[in-house]
Amino acid sequence: MTPPPTGISDGWPLRDRVGYCAAWGAGLTLIGVAAAIVIYMAYRGTQYFDLGLLLESPNATLNQAQSGGFRDPIVGTAILLVLSTLIAAPLGVTIAVWLTEYGRPRWLARTVESAVEVVAGTPSIVLAMFGLVFFQQQWLGFLTFDAEGGAVLGRSFIAAAAMMSLIALPLVVGATREALNAIPGHVREASYALGKTKAATIRRVLLPAARPGIGTGTALGMGRVAGDTAIVVVLLGATLQILNGGGGSVFGLFRGTGSTLTSYVYYNSPAGEGLAPEKAYFAAFVLLVVVILLNFVVTRIAHGKDPGWTR
Amino acid sequence: MSDARVERILGAVACIVLALIAGMVVFVFEKAWPSFAHNGLAWFGGGGDVDLQLEDIFNSPANPSDYVYTLHAWPLLWGTFVVTAGAVLIGIVFSLLAAIFIVEFAPARINRVLEPVVRLLAAVPSVVYGLIGILLIVPFVGNHLISVERQESVANVVQLDGACLGVGVLILTVMIVPIMIAIVVDALRAVPGGWTEGAAALGVNRWRVIWTISVRTARPAIVAAAVLATARALGEAIMLSMVAGSASFAPNPIDGLTFLFEPTRPLASALVENVEGLSVVPFGETLFAFAAILLVSSMFLSLAGFAAKQPMRKYGVQP
Repeated sequence: MTPPPTGISDGWPLRDRVGYCAAWGAGLTLIGVAAAIVIYMAYRGTQYFDLGLLLESPNATLNQAQSGGFRDPIVGTAILLVLSTLIAAPLGVTIAVWLTEYGRPRWLARTVESAVEVVAGTPSIVLAMFGLVFFQQQWLGFLTFDAEGGAVLGRSFIAAAAMMSLIALPLVVGATREALNAIPGHVREASYALGKTKAATIRRVLLPAARPGIGTGTALGMGRVAGDTAIVVVLLGATLQILNGGGGSVFGLFRGTGSTLTSYVYYNSPAGEGLAPEKAYFAAFVLLVVVILLNFVVTRIAHGKDPGWTR
Repeated sequence: MSDARVERILGAVACIVLALIAGMVVFVFEKAWPSFAHNGLAWFGGGGDVDLQLEDIFNSPANPSDYVYTLHAWPLLWGTFVVTAGAVLIGIVFSLLAAIFIVEFAPARINRVLEPVVRLLAAVPSVVYGLIGILLIVPFVGNHLISVERQESVANVVQLDGACLGVGVLILTVMIVPIMIAIVVDALRAVPGGWTEGAAALGVNRWRVIWTISVRTARPAIVAAAVLATARALGEAIMLSMVAGSASFAPNPIDGLTFLFEPTRPLASALVENVEGLSVVPFGETLFAFAAILLVSSMFLSLAGFAAKQPMRKYGVQP
């Protein structure tokens, strides 16, 4: 048997040929654009490469020789990643388990499902504004940075992470649901037949099997969190250095304000005040590397997805 | 723990999301109300310079009864509309073609590259896109593409310096294309093999098969992709505030090609750029009005996208 023709063959009408060529063009353009971005950022990143910048704290000064590096933004990004993952992963997995394994009553499940879609579609700047009014309430003041005189500003790592977790949440829910749906019914039935309750089945059988899916969703979510700027600009404020909010070293750190790589790039670009494009380029390069690494994690997890026994 | 109780606890946690959305609408609208109430429908109309109006609001007297709220936000709304519509229209054509390429025509070797490429384009932070735009593309456009005559032709209305609508649309297209490709590819792959094979067996060529069978079956997904990408484009703030110019100007289509080179400022960027003024009460309330508009439109778009995906299930195709 001859394999079906794969390319453009004789006798195709002109319209079809045009479409075929346009499809090729679109695919190659896509590769071209991605290559251009990576190569350009790598070129700029290596051009302004300076390891010292990674270890220095930034200073808000116009003199670029003294304005320091971006140690604090890197630490800030790490804090946000950890805190928001701690919120988003358990919450997302819980929602996904309830939706796929229980999902009763139907109307409620459908409503929650569409609500997750709504959260996914809400612009991060709107989430940030909501976070601001929410954390500005007096009784939540202990979670955020105090202004002098005790006014509640509603700005802190905790506030930013809480809103960031909402960006990651839909991704965790989506990936976990997909993983749970991919587990065949007979696996559940086998577990019930052994006398396990539904709760035990979920905990001991389904969640371990869905672990790659959960990992994929979490890593994707972390990528989005690392790359978001609007929430940082609104909820962490414009301080470059990390300021301790008081109340214990760790909790005070979380209550404090600071910056992340994204806000550092934003404020050092011509759009902000910093006017230090070299530092912005290098910080953006570091950010891009972080994001690409997270993506690499996703690909690795996705490849090792299939635990043999569920086949 | 009993099974029933586990179910109830999990369900209660899932309902947090509902409470969250309700809270979001209530909080944001409560804050935004004074701005809408003072302006009425004129809020959405045109008239005057938005930047000057915002300045007046920012400088309003400290006495609450003297707060200034007058705002005619049309240039911001129009900017949002033009940028979003432009990016989504270009994006949907491009991503449909790219999705067809990925599903049907790409050799396996190219597909192995394309998959991470799409994921990478989706993952690049918007601030990095903005940085490339503002340091590379904007100066290029300003120095080489905008002629002096063109600058003079609109000199009495607006200054053209390279940061413009066209660059914003271009980069925004690159940013939303991956989302659309992902949705459309999934849908095209989900089309039952028998349908396309049947057509192929009748001697229809491969392009016709995918164009008349797969793409038509996937139409709901294409609509969903466009709608969800619109929601995403609406909320893009950082990149557009960096490359689309720093004037709240409504680009005028009558200007012909110059239209593309005129600066604009969508709602979301106006929000990000003015964030420092949040503590001034009337100014903050005006910003919350911007957020309220974005919240409502993105909510409707998400729900519409969710609904648009459903008809494919009718054919037994899981998008």
